[in-house]
Amino acid sequence: MILQKEDIRRHTIAILVDNEAGVLARVIGLFSGRGYNIESLTVAEVDTREQLSRITIVTSGTLMVIEQIKAQLRRLVPIHKVSDLTVEGPSVARELALVKVSGTGDKRVESLRIADIFRARAVDSTNESFVFEIVGATEKLDAFIKLMEPLGLVDVSRTGVVAIARGPNPI
Amino acid sequence: MGDETMSGAEIVLKALVDQGVEVIFGYPGGAVLPLYDELFKQNRLRHILVRHEQAAVHAAEGYARSTGKVGVVLVTSGPGATNAVTGLLDALCDSVPLVCLTGQVPTHLIGNDAFQEADTTGITRPCTKHNYLVKDGSQLARVLHEAFYVARTGRPGPVVVDLPKDVLVGKAQYVGPAKVKHKTYKPQTKGDLKAIEEAVKLMVHAKRPLFYIGGGVVNSGVAACQLLTQLLHTTGFPCTQTLMGLGAFPGSDPLSLGMVGMHGTYESNMAMHDCDVMVCIGARFDDRVTGRINAFSPHSKKIHVDIDPSSINKNVAVDLAIVGDVAHVVEDMLKVWKAKQLRPDEKVLKAWWAQIDKWRAKDCLRFGSSDKVIKPQYAIQRLYELTKDRDTYITTEVGQHQMWAAQFYKFERPMRWMTSGGLGTMGYGLPAAMGAQIAHPKSLVIDIAGEASIQMNIQEMSTIAQYRLPVKIFILNNQYMGMVRQWQELLHGGRYAESYSAALPDFAKLAEAYGAVGLKVEKVGELDDVINQMISIDRAVIVDCRVDQAENCFPMIPSGAAHNEMLLGPEDEAEKPVSEDGMVLV
Ligand SMILES: Cc1ncc(C[n+]2csc(CCOP(=O)(O)OP(=O)(O)O)c2C)c(N)n1
Ligand SMILES: [Mg+2]
Repeated sequence: MILQKEDIRRHTIAILVDNEAGVLARVIGLFSGRGYNIESLTVAEVDTREQLSRITIVTSGTLMVIEQIKAQLRRLVPIHKVSDLTVEGPSVARELALVKVSGTGDKRVESLRIADIFRARAVDSTNESFVFEIVGATEKLDAFIKLMEPLGLVDVSRTGVVAIARGPNPI
Repeated sequence: MGDETMSGAEIVLKALVDQGVEVIFGYPGGAVLPLYDELFKQNRLRHILVRHEQAAVHAAEGYARSTGKVGVVLVTSGPGATNAVTGLLDALCDSVPLVCLTGQVPTHLIGNDAFQEADTTGITRPCTKHNYLVKDGSQLARVLHEAFYVARTGRPGPVVVDLPKDVLVGKAQYVGPAKVKHKTYKPQTKGDLKAIEEAVKLMVHAKRPLFYIGGGVVNSGVAACQLLTQLLHTTGFPCTQTLMGLGAFPGSDPLSLGMVGMHGTYESNMAMHDCDVMVCIGARFDDRVTGRINAFSPHSKKIHVDIDPSSINKNVAVDLAIVGDVAHVVEDMLKVWKAKQLRPDEKVLKAWWAQIDKWRAKDCLRFGSSDKVIKPQYAIQRLYELTKDRDTYITTEVGQHQMWAAQFYKFERPMRWMTSGGLGTMGYGLPAAMGAQIAHPKSLVIDIAGEASIQMNIQEMSTIAQYRLPVKIFILNNQYMGMVRQWQELLHGGRYAESYSAALPDFAKLAEAYGAVGLKVEKVGELDDVINQMISIDRAVIVDCRVDQAENCFPMIPSGAAHNEMLLGPEDEAEKPVSEDGMVLV
């Protein structure tokens, strides 16, 4: 499918920032203040010596909006690098979820069977519950969680997407 | 250790001096007393005590815009900082370089709802280009030098440095500006040469070219304005200016079509609509300029030169973007043009000019003259004629008078015109005039005001008195919030809800109360005399110029209309009602 100019597309953007007070507020404030979408956002320090944090944002908008988002991000003073992983070559994106399922009997067995298919691990279990850890693309997590719903899904915690470009080069 | 240790307050003042600061506009309070104590002990920095923190920021804007230097503001924590917010956003919208120092409660009290605590960095984050909270004295000098660098580099803007009181009192080491290099903020100033060559190619082959220039040219500096003037004279292309770009190219030059946009000239807007190559330099396709966006200049290839990449393709998709400083890019354009010995097709260009002359012949700024009542346009015309040969700086408030000033006062040079464009802040003009007068003590500085706007920072008459500033305040008194009344007439059936300026003070007496001179004029025949009198008095003067209350500002592109759907005068109002889409626009 070829996207038209006006089509809404989803992009994953990686941002390298100085790990200083208020930097996340700057990024989030930019998105909320200008009415951009945040589908997911993750942040953590990735370089303790240089005190750099990496923010991964999944956002959506028209081509013009996506370009505008990147230009606005680059304008923030403590930003080192903004990289659009969706267009700058192939990349790997992963998300982790912890999924709690409560129940006994057949449903409990079924949840374990499905977890196996999805290569989810049980990281906690009681007689009447499991906590599964699942890693993968957002769609895989979505599918897993959906299947768990009728089997006693009670709680979900997701990290949001982290992503990195394939190949030898840094951001 | 080499470098000496000193108190945070001493570090701040030393950093300001090392940054070449001469004047600070400020207002004291508990959190900044250590700074005021240091100011007391020295005589290199001049402090101008305003009467409201908003005015301190506007004064610093007037100072910055009339000199090209960074304006400096000093206010206390809490209410001092919140009062400054309007000014900060004003400076952000109009790209004015400022450093605003705000006091803060001591670091150990931050977050405790302490007396006069405000989350200043939180509040000002979307109102500044950047801001800092300095929690550690060892970072103070670096942050201050960085703040000046960020404020003046790239697209200029306001920077806040929030200073907890313990950091001002505690001792730390000073570092000079030369030792501070910014890690991340390095805007691109040289434009891509390939793109510039392509732009020149588009330009030379254009049949209906048009330069559309804005405040970015002024910000780029006097040299940029001169280079652009050279480029225009080399090409012979017409040029229209935004409200912020007035003066970047001589207003009386035959190539100038005047202002573009909502209250711009007919010829400018028609040329914008019909051009085939638009060269936008240092302007941002603001909604006040474009009119209805889907009808904006439908047949043109658009070239956009800007130092801020986020201005490009924001409102209008352009065909060729050049990121860089105007001075560099225009210089390269000239070089390419000259090296290739280019010459546009004169016959084609002549036909375009013939079309433009037809639009010009409409004489869109004409107004019904009167000998009974002073027409506001006439008042500005006379003010222009009687002051144009002097060393004059003009500021304005916001409203009809602002637009008439923009239409009827011709600026030949940059940095002579200061108005609140992006934010449209009533109350801007008086403090801005103050700042300009501080920077240019011998010049004629005039605030063209409305009777409503002037009351938003009227307390600054006291500052003007204290420093004996000969600022002239020329009020076009129509007893209405005229611009509001005009919109109510156009959009709301003439129901003038709350737009009448009731209970106005006697402005002449008010002037006297503040130690200034008050003049009043109602008769057309006396206008010149009063203006001349105003000029000749070397003190502050308020002129209460009573003008036609019913006059509206034309031409006008009503909200939601396109450039070629302008209202030229009251006779058009009834014929072209505002669309439903237009009703929701500001
Ligand atoms: C701080 C602020 N509040 C409200 C407005 C909305 N506004 C725009 S023009 C205007 C009326 C200005 O009246 P006046 O100063 O008398 O100027 P005139 O239009 O009559 O020339 C108002 C209220 C504004 N621009 N700024
Ligand atoms: Mg008025």
